[in-house]
Amino acid sequence: MIRFTLNGRATMVDVDDDTPLLWVIRDEIGLTGTKFGCGIGMCGACTVHVGGRATRSCITAAGSVEGAEVTTIEGLDPHGAHPVQTAWKDLQVPQCGYCQSGQIMQAVALLKDFPHPSDEEIDTVMTGNLCRCMTYVRIRAAIRKAAEANHG
Amino acid sequence: MARRMNPGAPVLTRRGFLVASVGAGVGASLAFGFPRGAAAAMDPAVPGGMPPAETEPLFEPTLWFVIDGEGWVTVNIIRAEMGQHVGTALARILADELGADWGKVRILHVDTDPKWGLMVTGGSWSVWQSFPLFSRAGAAGRVALIEQGAKLLGVDPSACRVENGTVFAGGASIAFGEIARRGALDRRFSAEEIEALPIKPASERRLVGRPVQALDIPPKTDGTARYGIDAKVPGMVYARPKIPPTRNGAKVNGVDDSAAKAVKGYVGSLVLDDPSGTVPGWVMVIAQSYPAAIRAADLVRVDWTPGPTSAVSEKDIQDHAAQLIAQPDAGAVLDTGGGDTAAAFKAAQSTLEQTYTTATVLHFQLEPVNALAFEKDGVFEIHTGNQWQSLILPTLAKALGRPETGIVLRTYLIGGGFGRRLNGDYAVPAALAAKALGKPVKMVLTREDDARFDSPRSPSVQRLRMAFGAGGEVTAMEHDAAAGWPSQVMTPSLMPKGANGVLYDPFSISGADHWYSVGAQKVRAISNDLANTAFRPGWLRSVGPGWTNWALESFMDEAAHHAKEDPVAFRLKLLDAKGRNAGSAPNAVGGALRQAEVVRRAAARAGWGVPLPAGTALGLATSFGQERDMPTWIACVARVRVDRASGVVRAEKLTLVADAGTVVDPDGARAQVEGAALWGLSLALHEGTVFERGQVKDTNLNSYMPLRISDVPQMDISFVDSIEVPVGLGEPATTVVGPAIGNAIFNAIGARLRHIPITPDAVRSAIG
Repeated sequence: MIRFTLNGRATMVDVDDDTPLLWVIRDEIGLTGTKFGCGIGMCGACTVHVGGRATRSCITAAGSVEGAEVTTIEGLDPHGAHPVQTAWKDLQVPQCGYCQSGQIMQAVALLKDFPHPSDEEIDTVMTGNLCRCMTYVRIRAAIRKAAEANHG
Repeated sequence: MARRMNPGAPVLTRRGFLVASVGAGVGASLAFGFPRGAAAAMDPAVPGGMPPAETEPLFEPTLWFVIDGEGWVTVNIIRAEMGQHVGTALARILADELGADWGKVRILHVDTDPKWGLMVTGGSWSVWQSFPLFSRAGAAGRVALIEQGAKLLGVDPSACRVENGTVFAGGASIAFGEIARRGALDRRFSAEEIEALPIKPASERRLVGRPVQALDIPPKTDGTARYGIDAKVPGMVYARPKIPPTRNGAKVNGVDDSAAKAVKGYVGSLVLDDPSGTVPGWVMVIAQSYPAAIRAADLVRVDWTPGPTSAVSEKDIQDHAAQLIAQPDAGAVLDTGGGDTAAAFKAAQSTLEQTYTTATVLHFQLEPVNALAFEKDGVFEIHTGNQWQSLILPTLAKALGRPETGIVLRTYLIGGGFGRRLNGDYAVPAALAAKALGKPVKMVLTREDDARFDSPRSPSVQRLRMAFGAGGEVTAMEHDAAAGWPSQVMTPSLMPKGANGVLYDPFSISGADHWYSVGAQKVRAISNDLANTAFRPGWLRSVGPGWTNWALESFMDEAAHHAKEDPVAFRLKLLDAKGRNAGSAPNAVGGALRQAEVVRRAAARAGWGVPLPAGTALGLATSFGQERDMPTWIACVARVRVDRASGVVRAEKLTLVADAGTVVDPDGARAQVEGAALWGLSLALHEGTVFERGQVKDTNLNSYMPLRISDVPQMDISFVDSIEVPVGLGEPATTVVGPAIGNAIFNAIGARLRHIPITPDAVRSAIG
């Protein structure tokens, strides 16, 4: 039995410790906003926050989040109106949308570390998140816009 | 309205599709009062995709939309949503003509049903095909609403106008919802009436061409958008396949799952018996959870006899292509207006010949292919995202041994299509497993499985030749292209015949039949039968022009240098719109002159001719998009910096100018060009694989490396203002970037690259 906090709620799951957190979130708990892309932590579609840090859930063992705070895209804001989500909507960033939960979770973590990120900082942090539709131009712009909204 | 494509349909061309689908559509729009489907369908604008209930009574003047008692307009979309916001684009065409209030428009991506006619999403066709159909559907609704509204208001219909979901007559007005509630809405239109319906002039459009938020976007930012991989039903088991050593012809001799039995949740391994022949040699590893299925599949040992291509390499495929090109009689010759190229080459003052190649490319759509399948109430349901439902349904019928009417494909968002999901082969193994087990099976491929089961873009070899006269003028051109052909493998009955009577895949040669006036012209399309056997060639974003335009536009640059002319001036001279390049109504008004215009504009915007630092240069390429029938005129100037020591090429800026006729959705159009251009850049400099021992070598991101955000150059994208027929935008920008980069590299360092992807090693050895 593994206990952790998911999106602010105490959660308990009965899975093997080495089960990837991604499948616990998607299939055991049923929150499917977190996506499976590569399975080796290199596309970023499965990005969640563990203790506030961006974490690739596909290569994170469920046992390792025992006692931790885990946040998924569904838990970012009750109305889907986190400044990053709002910027994403305003600039119409998503195309197919499949990678965007991970992009948004990564961008939220980025803005915690770099409240006023330079283009280089955006590129360096976001380069681990693949967008196959190549919405990169808008991802950059939306991160800048969210940064302004945070400090405007 | 056959559910599958009419096998008697003459040829697989865009025009053929148009006739087929519009024929079905117009016929369907005459059929009033269709019962609303009980099917699930999918509204991408709401969390989880579950369509909201409509308020009775419903007014359904055509098959394509319904107005409920609250005045909500729900537009039925038969195209797949995979990032192009197609539902929004199509709904606004209809809503504009109808006079709807955009705030009360919903879209519904429908499940398969024979009443929809041909269901396919690809080729950048959706807007182009649907514009006339949806305009007329909207106009029919407007006419019916005016007639009923006038009656309810006690005025003459000629006194009424429609705006914002309301019929106005002088100071009086009545909303759509009230008309739906109170009106006697049984208006019927004959085919002639539909054809004659008044369509708004461009100046009166309120939605087309204006900024509108795409309806599918909000759920794509909060995790509630629903893709095929998110489908679930009670009691389902999970499956991961064991992918055989060859795509075709593999046989299972035995399965040893003794090690897998230790995995908690492992259920068993199933050797598929596939009457449709879609997935020969497949074994499905079944478990109670997906991670258990992944783990168990790693431990299951399968003894296969592979198909005959188990030793095939990329070099084998390409050598075979080169041998085919060397045979003068191989392949289909396209009708390019004739002319004796052989005589012209014999009489030429000088000639130029070059060979260009492209590597195998994976779709690498981020959502690995998957499907949930089960039988319910006598109907086999397949839950998955798919781009060509009408193609896979007959195959599923064969696999399951039941009529197509007993199968329905439920619609989901697609986590990246790019052509992978035109080929619905992945639905078959899930269906077969569900049938064999008698319970719902959800199959998901791992990334590595997905890469090995991809229908990759075939590698290609092309030989181009040009003949020049005494004054350096171009007198003849030949273009021979050999590659694996998706149409030959997946839709052979729909291939047209070339001028020499040989069948060919139009999508694999499209682009070579260009709009340059080159005198005598010969275009030869050659099927690489080794490629067709070794794998299942796929349609990948832009398909043939992805390789033909790489060769054509690299060669045009080489030809300009051969003729000692500026590459822009050389192209403009040949884009003279004479003879067969004059263009014609409705789709190609202006012909090659419109291509010349985008070339001119792109060169000017990018500062063509302005000196740049050493190692930095501009290169230009242009295209007419996907097919002569539906030209999207586009040009790209790439600015690159080449590091001579390392061979690393950095794209600094892409300047793109497109003329796509009327732009229905300006922001969406820009998004498509951004994405397509960066795909082109990725294919030029970043991604590609090779066949090794019958399989693709690179199966995940540790070695397959598509473009990342840090590789993105500055982008300057602009459109030519136009009220011509709207044409496709999802693909054309893909094909101009590669040759623009190659040409820029030549201008920067004097070395010519003739293979994509362009690697630093290749650049270093080209420098010599």
